[in-house]
Amino acid sequence: MSERLLELDEVSKSFGGLQCIERLDVHVDEGEIVSVIGPNGAGKTTLFNLVTGIYAPDGGDIRFEGQSIVGLEPHEITARGIARTFQTLRLFLNMTVKENVMAAAWSHTRAGIFRSILRTPGMRREEKEIEALAEQRLAFFGERLMGYRWDQPAYSLSYANRRRLEIARATATNARLLLLDEPAAGMNPVETHEITQLIGELRSKGGYTILVIEHDMHVVEGISDRVIALDHGIKISEGTFDHVATDPRVVEAYLGASATKTK
Amino acid sequence: MDGGKDIDPVPARPDEAQDPSRIGVDDWVASHEGRRDRGEGLLAEIRTELERVPRPAFFAGFGVAAALLPLFTSNDYIVRVGFDTLLYMLLALGLNIVVGYAGLLDLGYVAFYGFGAYGYAMLASPKFGLHWDTLAIIPVVVVATAILGFLVALPSRRLLGDYLAIVTLFFGQLFVTVYQNGNRISFLGLTRSYDLTGGPNGIPDVDNYDLGGLHIGSVRGYYYVALIIFLLVLGCVYLVDLSRTGRAWKSLREDPLAAELMGIPVKRLKLIAFACGAGIAGLTGTLFAGLNTAVFSANFDVATLIIVYAILILGGAGSLGGVILGALVVNVSLEVLRTPGHATWIFYVVLAATLIAKVRPWKRLAVLLVATIGLGYAAHAIVSSAWPRGVEGSASVGGWFGDGLNGWELHPSNPRFIGNLAFVALVFAVLLLTMIDGWKRLAALVPTLYLASFVWENRLVVEPSITRLILIGVILIVLMNARPQGLLGTSRVEIV
Repeated sequence: MSERLLELDEVSKSFGGLQCIERLDVHVDEGEIVSVIGPNGAGKTTLFNLVTGIYAPDGGDIRFEGQSIVGLEPHEITARGIARTFQTLRLFLNMTVKENVMAAAWSHTRAGIFRSILRTPGMRREEKEIEALAEQRLAFFGERLMGYRWDQPAYSLSYANRRRLEIARATATNARLLLLDEPAAGMNPVETHEITQLIGELRSKGGYTILVIEHDMHVVEGISDRVIALDHGIKISEGTFDHVATDPRVVEAYLGASATKTK
Repeated sequence: MDGGKDIDPVPARPDEAQDPSRIGVDDWVASHEGRRDRGEGLLAEIRTELERVPRPAFFAGFGVAAALLPLFTSNDYIVRVGFDTLLYMLLALGLNIVVGYAGLLDLGYVAFYGFGAYGYAMLASPKFGLHWDTLAIIPVVVVATAILGFLVALPSRRLLGDYLAIVTLFFGQLFVTVYQNGNRISFLGLTRSYDLTGGPNGIPDVDNYDLGGLHIGSVRGYYYVALIIFLLVLGCVYLVDLSRTGRAWKSLREDPLAAELMGIPVKRLKLIAFACGAGIAGLTGTLFAGLNTAVFSANFDVATLIIVYAILILGGAGSLGGVILGALVVNVSLEVLRTPGHATWIFYVVLAATLIAKVRPWKRLAVLLVATIGLGYAAHAIVSSAWPRGVEGSASVGGWFGDGLNGWELHPSNPRFIGNLAFVALVFAVLLLTMIDGWKRLAALVPTLYLASFVWENRLVVEPSITRLILIGVILIVLMNARPQGLLGTSRVEIV
């Protein structure tokens, strides 16, 4: 069996009286693409926020590469190798496309203020490396984010390109695990098809392990090794796409109890 | 519809498109650079050309021009104004790191300036009998101020926006209070009272700069020292701006949460920004204390803070060229106002230029000018026959222009009360102008212009200290409407 990259062990999180995640066990193995599905409010994004350290879990443990990451600052978790994108895009809108990606290289670069002022050879080399890294990450998306786009502010990009830029930015952190929060939201059918292929390429060419939240079942079907269905913070089903999609509890969560009865 | 125009064929569905790689690459986005901020005409062309010049060349050009200034004047007053402007530039440069790059609203900034000035004064004056070498004081003071900035930011590093502004504002006020009452400081009431800051009397007899045996005793000397320090700090800030740290600051200004999740230690970078800004302010403080040879806590109050913020906002937060331009505009224009003759010339020239630029077509402008001038002479004639005291005074400017004004404007012999009333009336008249349109506005503009010149001649020009504050306010209001990003700032998009 391949290595357990991410492991959530009986993780719980509540806000006031609202139990968002309850004793949730999730694991992602090295090289896997796992999809998380569920109705709105099921706790999918909360799951991401717990893994990335925005929220601290009330109970349970989260392990990455076998080590607990509970209590670490979000930037420390990113430095360990988990990067994410956002459901509501959060780009650095007034920075250029290239700067957006370059900024994400922070955790694996070193030059401080004094070296920047003195422009030491090491700092200049590092700066070149960061630039090359950004260009390489942007090149992953074909022509979309190339050429003249590099020096344009991120706000000038179309919606789909912003989603791509967010993925490029996340990969520039040199993470091993990518958490993609609804990568196909707001995309047209062609772009959705493209993003499905792209997620596959992120694994096959980039070597990333991917945990993805997605509502578009075509995407989920196209990419997933394994699907996890959440409802009200509880895992209601897990397995291959076909298994989860036909699970009565999943159908019930999406369509209501009557749908399963009339079936 | 325009029948002769060709209508584009209906675009193909994306999945049927001939050239699939073009999907998502639309011309509107591709031509973005060409559209941005670009008007038409000569001004736009000049701006396009200027944008091609690399920024260091601009800074060098500024340095050369500034270095030549004292050679062209024998008047030490002008050099002194130049020195003060350089101090404001340095202050704005430090604030630019905190506000412009990192996006933290620091309202206690001027306290660091005061801390640096007092630090220098304590280490180089008879106050404690210390007379350190300046080259030793500067690093000590800069590091100490940076540490102070770090400590102030430490409890407030989790705060954002309004909360941070209030905490730092308190700190700024605390500083002034402590230094004002620092002549009888007793530790927890247990010890006898010590005099640390001289209280309201400040610290007098501060030594001049002494750079390794080179004694700086003249205004010109300080001007050059300040210029060299400014250019050095400017170079450093420019290099940091281009570096990894600069990118991280900007990203946390854009979106702190996203920055944190991209691996950037947001809290630490906020502390560094605070410390860097404070260090530059402390350095500026030593220059201030060195030239003035005395420091008082009143030099570091909110009024100074407002001017530094005005410079930063006017020039465009986040823009280094904007710091230079903003300080020049604010400080030089404020100094010019001190001489009534110059100020009046500038007032009328700016008024005329604004009218020429804004009132179109020229026929309308001609009507406006003739009506205003006619109104003036008519009012002057009526008042001089009915109430001779109303024209007893004379214009603040001499020569043919002054003679012309004397026959046109009203100058009551004791204009204080009536001038104040007119000022209030002017404020309302300007507000009224913003609410009406078309010919009504044109008609209302005539008496408003006359009223404005009346207020100027009788009140504003004789009280430059108040007028300069009003002027800053007016400049900022106009600018925020016309160019919210500041003179040299780039326009920012908050939400799209």
